[in-house]
Amino acid sequence: MWLDPANPQLNRNGELHHLLSLEGLPADVLHQILDTAVSFADVTQRDVKKVPLLRGKSVFNLFFEPSTRTRTTFEIAAKRLSADVVNLAINVSSQTKGESVLDTVANLSAMHADMFIVRHAASGAPYMIAKHVAQDIHVVNAGDGRHAHPTQGLLDMFTIRHYKGQFNRLRVAIVGDILHSRVARSQIHALTTLGCPEIRVIGPKTLLPSRVNSLGVHVYHDMREGLKDVDVVMMLRLQNERMNGALLPSAQEFYKYYGLTEDKLALARPDAIVLHPGPMNRGVEIDSSVADGKQSVILPQVTFGIAIRMAVMSILAGN
Amino acid sequence: MKIQIKNGRLIDPKNGLDTIADLYIAAGKVVAVGHAPAGFHANRSIDATGRIVCPGLIDLAVRLREPGYEYIATLESEMEAAIAGGVTSLACPPDTDPPLDEPGLVEMLKFRAKNLHQAHVYPVGALTAGLKGARLTEMAELRDAGCVAFSQAEAPCADTLVLLNALEYAATYGFPVWLRAQDAALARHGVAHDGEVATRLGLPGIPSTAESVALSTILILARETGARIHIARLSSAEGVALIRAAKAENLPVSCDVGIHHVHLCENDIGYFDPNCHLMPPLRSQRDRDALRAGLADGTVDAICSDHTPIDEDQKQVPFSEAEAGATGVELLLPLTLKWANETGADTPAALSLITHRAASILGIDAGHLSIGASADVCVFDPERPWRADAAALRSQGKNTPYAGMELIGRVTHTIVDGAVVFEQK
Amino acid sequence: MPATPLPDAETLLASLTERMRPLIGPDTGLVGIHTGGVWIAERLHSSLGLRHPLGTLDVSFYRDDFSRKGLRRNVKSSDIPFDVDACHVVIVDDVLFTGRTIRAAMNELFDYGRPASIRLAALVDRGGRELPIAADFIGAEMQVPAGRQIELIRRDNRLTLQITDA
Repeated sequence: MWLDPANPQLNRNGELHHLLSLEGLPADVLHQILDTAVSFADVTQRDVKKVPLLRGKSVFNLFFEPSTRTRTTFEIAAKRLSADVVNLAINVSSQTKGESVLDTVANLSAMHADMFIVRHAASGAPYMIAKHVAQDIHVVNAGDGRHAHPTQGLLDMFTIRHYKGQFNRLRVAIVGDILHSRVARSQIHALTTLGCPEIRVIGPKTLLPSRVNSLGVHVYHDMREGLKDVDVVMMLRLQNERMNGALLPSAQEFYKYYGLTEDKLALARPDAIVLHPGPMNRGVEIDSSVADGKQSVILPQVTFGIAIRMAVMSILAGN
Repeated sequence: MKIQIKNGRLIDPKNGLDTIADLYIAAGKVVAVGHAPAGFHANRSIDATGRIVCPGLIDLAVRLREPGYEYIATLESEMEAAIAGGVTSLACPPDTDPPLDEPGLVEMLKFRAKNLHQAHVYPVGALTAGLKGARLTEMAELRDAGCVAFSQAEAPCADTLVLLNALEYAATYGFPVWLRAQDAALARHGVAHDGEVATRLGLPGIPSTAESVALSTILILARETGARIHIARLSSAEGVALIRAAKAENLPVSCDVGIHHVHLCENDIGYFDPNCHLMPPLRSQRDRDALRAGLADGTVDAICSDHTPIDEDQKQVPFSEAEAGATGVELLLPLTLKWANETGADTPAALSLITHRAASILGIDAGHLSIGASADVCVFDPERPWRADAAALRSQGKNTPYAGMELIGRVTHTIVDGAVVFEQK
Repeated sequence: MPATPLPDAETLLASLTERMRPLIGPDTGLVGIHTGGVWIAERLHSSLGLRHPLGTLDVSFYRDDFSRKGLRRNVKSSDIPFDVDACHVVIVDDVLFTGRTIRAAMNELFDYGRPASIRLAALVDRGGRELPIAADFIGAEMQVPAGRQIELIRRDNRLTLQITDA
């Protein structure tokens, strides 16, 4: 097998063949992606925002879970690399009656796909796909269940590096529903690999995984305590289903204790930056005045997201 | 048919026998051990040099997939797999389609199995109608049709009052009740043990408390009703501790563990291997070590395969969507021997867990080679390696965490009621 | 033909500069190709006193060997801080060989705009062209033995040429 059995993302030369998770990726691979993205960020400043790197290649967006935002950014990134893009929004309910995931992938492979961008509601689905595609097809995980969202983690790291430089003296806080968050898991793995010495997770007990300590983070249930002197605040989106169910009584109570307001942000360092993967629930996890304020880097995150995805696709396509 | 099995290492754990001796079979029974009876002329002589000769194995949970799941596997294929695994008596759970809640279904199953002249089949009847946890089944009628015990299989009995009544009713007749200790609400949507691996992989978890909460309830009700309880597929350290305490106060409770849980834990899920999606889930190393300790000190009474053949289509899906379970009746022997090798237990102790101790849970007089006993015998080569791949497995279920891996210990002959029903070179 | 001895890069640069001086107008857009071409272009730029700031190109995204060799590590940024449209551009590289790098550089340059003209300056022309590309200004022509390559090194702001294995 051409893939490293200990790490199905890497080929035997230690180069990236699939991007499935940030866990298990060596620091130099992460740095390569971040460094390459710098050049692509410059490309997006030009009038002609395209480069011919992926010309003639076909990128298939396989979204088993709907998402307009993420799909659109991948589509833009692929087109800026001059790739041909095909979007497939697969209706999950017809999945159970119709074609299996693997049959879908096999059919598309027969249409000479070069790269699959996969989003799926079940953790691990991209691994299963990666295991079954032909040798020269690359798989990028655009989010699988609660497990990972590697391009989001990378663009968050790119954003932090852009504003803060090094990781090895930062205090970073991740706030919200870590239990259900693939973004949080990817962020934690990336920060750890890149040498961040203090990663804090802040949330009510019901929204933290039972073994969250095993991820190497400091746990806070009091947001004011947790935000003290941090350099980076990463807010997570609270999904509607969580707010009125068995895990949380209401959006109002969540906002009061775990929403990012100006006065809570003031407890962090004065030059702290605020990130959010989007889309935001204004007034639930974050105040509008913070989201639109001078410490917010939420809009630059979106731009960086395109550069990061261009970098990922280019590196994979060339390996 | 008169059979002589000679030169084998004869291990009969119940009778404390472990010696090189010949075994003599006639008219379907064991007639002598060591020396041939007077005037014995063997029709067939089996040379068991270098082999172990032991009672036929007894497996407390083998899903035969009939009635209702013939598209996955058939009675024929799974019974073939059982004797290939050296199993001469097996219990099948009631979660067929329809469930075994009507005497007619049980009779049909027993009839079909009997006509194959392979292993003895002991159906476990449904505790409630349709396994729905609402109405009791006609347990006495089902017992007359051949059921040896009553169970909910994997279906919850969420209504505690129904469970209490079912136990009291079963206790009226002295029928054993086999229960999987799992609180339905705590396990809802969970697909893996709620531990470090599920946290990292983002898999919805089933905490150990789902087992200990349910087990505490069951044990209290058992104490109340006097019912004979058997806990199927123990999975956690807390569960072992609860059983140990219950046995210490002489409650009539027994328990078994699935062979995969003796060896594997949550780490074996690796990169979302759906073959490791089992119910109960593979828990932490600490839980696995506690199960092993329970086997060693007698808290856990038996090992079974929990044989669950699953169609490839149901396993070639993302982990959480895969059907839970593993094929295993052909792996029961080599994996039990592997446990013994790794923990320093001796072979007779290991074999007792899949022979006479399993038999006493079933309530049958089997699992031993006493003179006059039914000649159910397993002859195996304890050193022979083989690869657990699709070609080697006779079950239609090829879904095992050990797929493609090498195992040691292969059955050469299986004898049921004095007839050789299976042999291979 | 036998390999010629290695000339001194600083000497070549000086003569290249003087050869270019009468033919380069003050509004010329000078663009160096990373990395050696940028070093030379920086020196040319300060010597020739041009009005526009120096442009730099990293042609990694335009190379024709991406499928075979993949994306290089250490991709640098391209930066053209002047308007390419209607500009007389001079591209600068250290070693001119097959001509493929220059082809990639021209393609990239055209994504910034439509220049009035493009000329090419190279410190060393080692021959071996595989495309119809020619330099307008050259420091020296050189033969390099097969299997070897010629590299520009910068140490303490001093430029030197050396021959290494390919």
